[in-house]
Amino acid sequence: MSHSALVRVWRFGDQVDTDQLAPGRYIKGSIDELAAHCLEALRPEFASAIRPGDLVVAGIGFGIGSSREQAAQALRQLGVGAVIAVGAARIFYRNAINLGLPVLICTDTGMLVDGTAARLDLDSGTVFDASGAVLARCQPMPPFLRQIVRDGGLIASLKQRLARPA
Amino acid sequence: MTAQTLSQKILARAAGLDAVAVGDIVTCRVDLAMMHDSGGPRRVASKLLELGASVWDSSKVVIVSDHFTPAIDVDSAGILALTRRWAAAQQIDNFHDGEGICHVILPERGYLKPGLFAVGGDSHSPSGGAWGAFMVGIGATEMAGVLATGEIWMRVPATIRVEWNGALGRGLSAKDMLLKLCATLGMNNDYRVIEYAGSTVHGLPMLERLTLCNMAAELGAKTGIIAPDAVTLADLAGRGVAVEDWRRHLAGDDNADVEAVHRFDAGALAPQVAAPHSPANSRDVADTEPRRIDQAYLGACTGAKENDLRMAAEVLKGRQVARGTRLLIAPASTRMTAQLAADGTLATLLAAGAQLLPTGCGACAGYGAGVLADDEVSIASTARNFRGRMGSSRAEVYLASPYTVAASAIRGHITDPREFLS
Repeated sequence: MSHSALVRVWRFGDQVDTDQLAPGRYIKGSIDELAAHCLEALRPEFASAIRPGDLVVAGIGFGIGSSREQAAQALRQLGVGAVIAVGAARIFYRNAINLGLPVLICTDTGMLVDGTAARLDLDSGTVFDASGAVLARCQPMPPFLRQIVRDGGLIASLKQRLARPA
Repeated sequence: MTAQTLSQKILARAAGLDAVAVGDIVTCRVDLAMMHDSGGPRRVASKLLELGASVWDSSKVVIVSDHFTPAIDVDSAGILALTRRWAAAQQIDNFHDGEGICHVILPERGYLKPGLFAVGGDSHSPSGGAWGAFMVGIGATEMAGVLATGEIWMRVPATIRVEWNGALGRGLSAKDMLLKLCATLGMNNDYRVIEYAGSTVHGLPMLERLTLCNMAAELGAKTGIIAPDAVTLADLAGRGVAVEDWRRHLAGDDNADVEAVHRFDAGALAPQVAAPHSPANSRDVADTEPRRIDQAYLGACTGAKENDLRMAAEVLKGRQVARGTRLLIAPASTRMTAQLAADGTLATLLAAGAQLLPTGCGACAGYGAGVLADDEVSIASTARNFRGRMGSSRAEVYLASPYTVAASAIRGHITDPREFLS
């Protein structure tokens, strides 16, 4: 069982871009400083109110824009448990997984209303409510990507691979 | 063997396979890895150290300092200094420090050629597709993985073919074509490659093709690519780039499956303007509200190359920037700046009242000189107008071609450039 604890759904719309996630004018600073401004133009309270494990739910085009890894790193820094989106931009998707932040693609997120208490089973990609009823069925992540996430990201995963004799 | 698109052929070659199918996940050997000062050494060095690995092949790595150059404060100076030290320590000779924007430096210095499988630590890395390379953008952790192993996994993308035929009208450019595509195809062509084709595309000079491929990123695509032709080969020959036996990688098979074909008539295209805060908000300039402009900005890899600044000069020649509007220009490379100085283009722009900024990514990504204040309105020849990208999140940025930016600077509001190009 890899159900998460009961966490909160934070709901966003379509095309949440990397300038919302990691505004360029804070990019020179530390990740803590940058994370404090994550998504502030859309939800000023987000960075201060989010709790570890919370789910970020969004529409199409989540993470579109820059290759800046801080977009995914800021979410990770704030403790986001997973991103669930109808569609995710490809560099964001790879960056997130490489940093150990799961991203699940989900066609129907209709029941993942903002503020909902939910649990995520990462292996099956299913989201449940507090009573165990299914709220959403996401596409399960491909096993080898799930393994990178489980290892804690690409660097941790590569460390293990490079340590193995060829 | 199943017919292969151009992208499939390149990925198959890089993966050491005869053929690949759409959806396959393959491990590719990287021919070229490019990174810049923002996503490069400052973020990659510690990860390589953590891995206990060194650069797999320094001859295949190119570093370009373009985001924080020239330094505007102690933090950016520190990032640039770190980049220099790391490049020296890793013995990376392919290091370009303040010489231009990475996507322009790669072709200018002859790093690109047809059939190459390349990765870049920047989302606009699809630019390399203009030279027939398959080049994708990646993040810093992934770059550390590439530097350590020389490899990266790729999911083989489906191809969307975008054909433009016919002649572009006066005052029209690749930027207008691409903005039209953003409005028509949307920005969520995730995991697809856009192959640009048709007589219009093959009639474009290389730097205009760069703009088309660069902004495949705005279409949400994995990358963009244009099959090399005589124009490509002449460009490479002019730069002294040896194109080895890449004949297998010059075109896809005629009967290769593509996911979709979209056809456009270049003759019917009007100048495009993308309203805040998305390139997908593009429409004909005639249908755009003639907003008053505080700042007109000619900058970035998609908007301040030699050809871009010549377009602007065509409009601005003998005219003046409107009072109350400022026009900033940041040429895309130092070589281009020299060329534009030599041929009189810079003189034309400066006589019109433009301010010349240093070469680099500058305000396009909100890093350098020329960022916007609250409630300011800008029109820019850059690639992206997301909220807050170019300074204040209360500023508004319109995207347009260099022609349209120049015309808008003259009038002080958004203007159709064709009225200056009779």
